[in-house]
Amino acid sequence: MKAIWYAAAALGLAVGVGDVATALAQKPGGTLRIYHRDTPASASLHEEATVSTQLPFMAIYNNLVVYDQQAKRNTMETIVPDLAKSWEWDATKTKLTFKLNDGVKWHDGKPFTSADVKCTFDLLLGKGKQRLRKNPRAIWHRNVEDVTVNGPLEATIVLKEPQPAYLTLLASGYTPIYPCHVSAADMRTKPVGTGPFKFVEFRGNEIIRLAKNPDYFKKGKPYVDMIEMRIIDNRSTRILAFQAGEFDMTFSQDITIPLLKDMEKQAPKAICETKPQYVHRNLIVNREAAPFDNPQIRKAMALAIDRKAFVDILTEGKGDIGGAMLPLPEGAWGMPPEELAKMAGYGGDVAANRAEGRKIMESLGYSAAKPLKVKISTRNIAIYRDPAVILIDQLKQIYMDGELEVVDTPLWHAKVARKDYQVGMNLTGVAVDDPDANMVENYACKSERNYTGYCNPEVEKLIEAQSKIVDVAERKKVVWKIEQILNDDLARPVIYHDRAATCWWPYVKGFVGHENSIYNNWRFEDVWLDK
Amino acid sequence: MGAYMIRRFLLMILTLFGMSVLIFVMLRVVPGNIVDILFDSAGMVNPADKKRLEAELGLDKPIVQQYVTWITNMMKGDLGYSYVSEKPALDEILPRIPVTAKLAALALFFSVLFGVPLGVISAVRQNTGLDYFLRVVSLSGLSLPSFWLGLLILMAFVQYAGWIPIYSDAPRGFFHELFLLSIPAAAVGFRASALIMRLTRSSMLEVLRQDYIRTARAKGASANSVNYDHALRNAVLPVVTIIGIEAAFLIGGLIVTETVFNIPGVARFLVEAIRWRDYPIVQNLVMLIAVVTVVVNFIVDMAYVVLDPRIKYEG
Repeated sequence: MKAIWYAAAALGLAVGVGDVATALAQKPGGTLRIYHRDTPASASLHEEATVSTQLPFMAIYNNLVVYDQQAKRNTMETIVPDLAKSWEWDATKTKLTFKLNDGVKWHDGKPFTSADVKCTFDLLLGKGKQRLRKNPRAIWHRNVEDVTVNGPLEATIVLKEPQPAYLTLLASGYTPIYPCHVSAADMRTKPVGTGPFKFVEFRGNEIIRLAKNPDYFKKGKPYVDMIEMRIIDNRSTRILAFQAGEFDMTFSQDITIPLLKDMEKQAPKAICETKPQYVHRNLIVNREAAPFDNPQIRKAMALAIDRKAFVDILTEGKGDIGGAMLPLPEGAWGMPPEELAKMAGYGGDVAANRAEGRKIMESLGYSAAKPLKVKISTRNIAIYRDPAVILIDQLKQIYMDGELEVVDTPLWHAKVARKDYQVGMNLTGVAVDDPDANMVENYACKSERNYTGYCNPEVEKLIEAQSKIVDVAERKKVVWKIEQILNDDLARPVIYHDRAATCWWPYVKGFVGHENSIYNNWRFEDVWLDK
Repeated sequence: MGAYMIRRFLLMILTLFGMSVLIFVMLRVVPGNIVDILFDSAGMVNPADKKRLEAELGLDKPIVQQYVTWITNMMKGDLGYSYVSEKPALDEILPRIPVTAKLAALALFFSVLFGVPLGVISAVRQNTGLDYFLRVVSLSGLSLPSFWLGLLILMAFVQYAGWIPIYSDAPRGFFHELFLLSIPAAAVGFRASALIMRLTRSSMLEVLRQDYIRTARAKGASANSVNYDHALRNAVLPVVTIIGIEAAFLIGGLIVTETVFNIPGVARFLVEAIRWRDYPIVQNLVMLIAVVTVVVNFIVDMAYVVLDPRIKYEG
C-alpha cells in the first residue's frame, strides 16, 4: 500500500514539475505580427458584428467569463472565469451573481468595480446616459431585467425568465465589459480595457498596434510585448508577405480551400488549420412580394438546390451541409443526417427533387419555353457572387430564369431591409454555437440583425421555449423543430457552411483556434514566440 | 504675358470652383452614405438609429447648406472630421501626402530618366535592332496592367529574392525609404516612361527630318549637338505636355501600386474613403488633387515660354 502512495506521489511530482517546466518554457517578449484584411469600422466590440473588429481588439478587453482560450471547442463546460472569479445561479435560475477579481485596473489606471459591469449592461439595454451608435446584439440581452451591485466586487444579472444558456453569450468575445468613465465615442477610437494588451494606435488602412499591459491582473501574462496588425487589403500581397516571413500569422481563416494548396507549396513549414467558420451561405427570399409570396414557388426553389454541388465546386468538397446551426461534428446543435434528410431539398435524389420542383412549376403555368424570371441579388464580392452564379444555373432546372444583380457592398443590408429584392445570396456569421445566439439573432421578430424581417409567431414561441430548457437532448428536439419550420418557410435557407484555414509559423506557440466560432479566441494572452 | 498670367490664374480659380461643386454633388449622387456603411459593418439596419446618426453627422441638412459649410470651413483651414476614424480630416490626410508625393516624384523621375533618352536613341537608331527592342519594351509598358506587373515584382523581390520587405510605416532614414519606394515607383513609372519614350521617338523623328537639322549637319555640327541641342530641344515640347498630364494621371496608377505594394499613401486612402463615403476626406482630397493638377498644368504652360522663346502669350 505504501508503495502505491509513493508511486502516486512521484507521479504527482512529475506532473507538477512538468507543468512548471511548461510554464517556464514560455518565452516572454517579441512582437506578434499578424496581417489584417481590411480596416475595421471602429474598435468598439459592442457596436460591430465582424471578425475584422473582433480579432484586433478583443485582447484589449475582458469579459465576466470567457471561453477557455486553450480549449478547441466553445461549450458550457469550457467557460472559465475572467473578470469574475466565480459565478452562481440562484434557486429560481433568474439571478446570476458574479464575484469579481480584486485589484483589477483599467488601462488608464482607474480601478475596475462592479459599477462598470452595471454600466456595460445599461449601455447594452439602452438605459444609461451613454448611448451606442449601433447595438447589433441588443437582442442577446432581451431577457435582462436589471444588473444590481453588492459592493464593488459583486454584481448580479437579474433575468426576467430563466435562461440557462445566457452564460454562453456572456463568454463570447462580443460581450466585453466597458469602463463607466470612458465615453462610447472614445471606445470607438481610443478604447480602454482591462485586458492583456493596451491600445496604442489604429490608423485606418495602415496599422493597428497593441502593447503588453504590465499591470494585467492575470499574473505573468501576456507573453508578447506587442501585437502589430498591418492592414493589407490586397489578398495576394498579404499572402505573399506571410510566405516571405513578414508576418507570424495570417488573418482569421483568410486562406480558402483553393488557396491552401498554394500555401502548402510555398510555405510548407507553416501550420495551417482548416476549421468551420460558422459562416454559412444562405438564400434570402422576399416572401412578401410576388412571386415568392407563393409557398408553392418557394417549395419548388428549395427542391432545385443541389447543396453538394455548391460544396464540391466552391470548397473542393470540404464544406458542410446543414441547417442554420453549425453541423456535426464541431457543432453541438447540428442535425444528425437522418433528421436533416427529412427537410425539403436535403434528402433523396437531387434529380427526383428537381422533377418534383418542375411539376410544381408546371402546375403554376411555367415551362422551359415560359420560365419564371427571377433576379438574384448579391454583394459585389467573390464569396457572394460565386455561389449566386451556381444558384442561377441550378434554378434553370425548374424553369426559373435567374438574372444576377450585383449590389455595391455597403448598400447590401439597406437594400435587404427595404425588401428591394426577390432572392438574395447572403452570408451569415454566428458568434456562439448556441440557439440563444443564432436563432434569436437571425430569426427572432425583434432582432436588429434579422434584416430580412422574418417573423413567424410559431418560431418565436419555440425560440423562447428552447431558451428555458436545461436538458440538452430535449432542447435539441425543439431547435430541430425550428430548423424544420425555417426550411419550410424558406427563411434564409442554408446552402452550406464554409471551412477555411488560418496559418502561422511553428515558432508561434500557445495559440488555439476555436473550431465552432471565429469570434471568441483572440485574447492572445497565452501566445508566445519561440524565436 | 502679365495679363495672360492673370487671366490664366482666374481661370484656375473658376476651374477649382467648378470642381468643388462637381465633387460635392457627385459624392452625394452615388447611392448610400456613411451611415448605411456603418450599419452594414454591424450587419443591421435600424431606421431610428440611422436618422439619429445622420443628424449627428449633419447629413440631414439641405445639400446647399452642407456645401456652403464645407467651403467656408475649408477657407478657414478647417477640413472637418473623418466620419470613420472620427479624427480631424487634416490629421488623416497630411501624414499620407508626403508618402504619395515621394512615390509620384520618383515614378515621374524614372519615367523621364528612361523615357526621354531611350526615345532619342530609338529615333536616332531608327529601324535597327535596338530600335525594335526598345519599341517592344515600350509597347509592353503600355499594355501590362500595373497591378499585374506589381504582383510579378512582389513575387520576385519579396517572395523569391527577399530583397525588399512589404512597406513598413517607419523607414530607417532617407536611403532606406528610397530603396523601399524605388521598386513600386519603377512599376508605376514603367507605363509613363513607355509613353514618354514613344512620344519622344515620334517627335524626334519628325524634327530630324526638318531642313534646319539638315543645315546643322551640313555645317558640320557633331551628331550629339544635332540630336540634343537642335533636335531634342524642339522635339521636347509635346513631351513636356505629356509629362504634365502624366503627373495627374499618376494618381490613378498609384492607387493600384499603393494597394499592391501596401504603401500607406494618399491614393489608396482616397479609394478607401470613397468606399466608406467618408465625405470630408474625399471632398478635401479630391480638391487637393484638383489644385495640384491645375497648378502643374499652369506651370507647364509657363515652361513653354522658357523652352521655346518663339512662344509669346498675348495679353
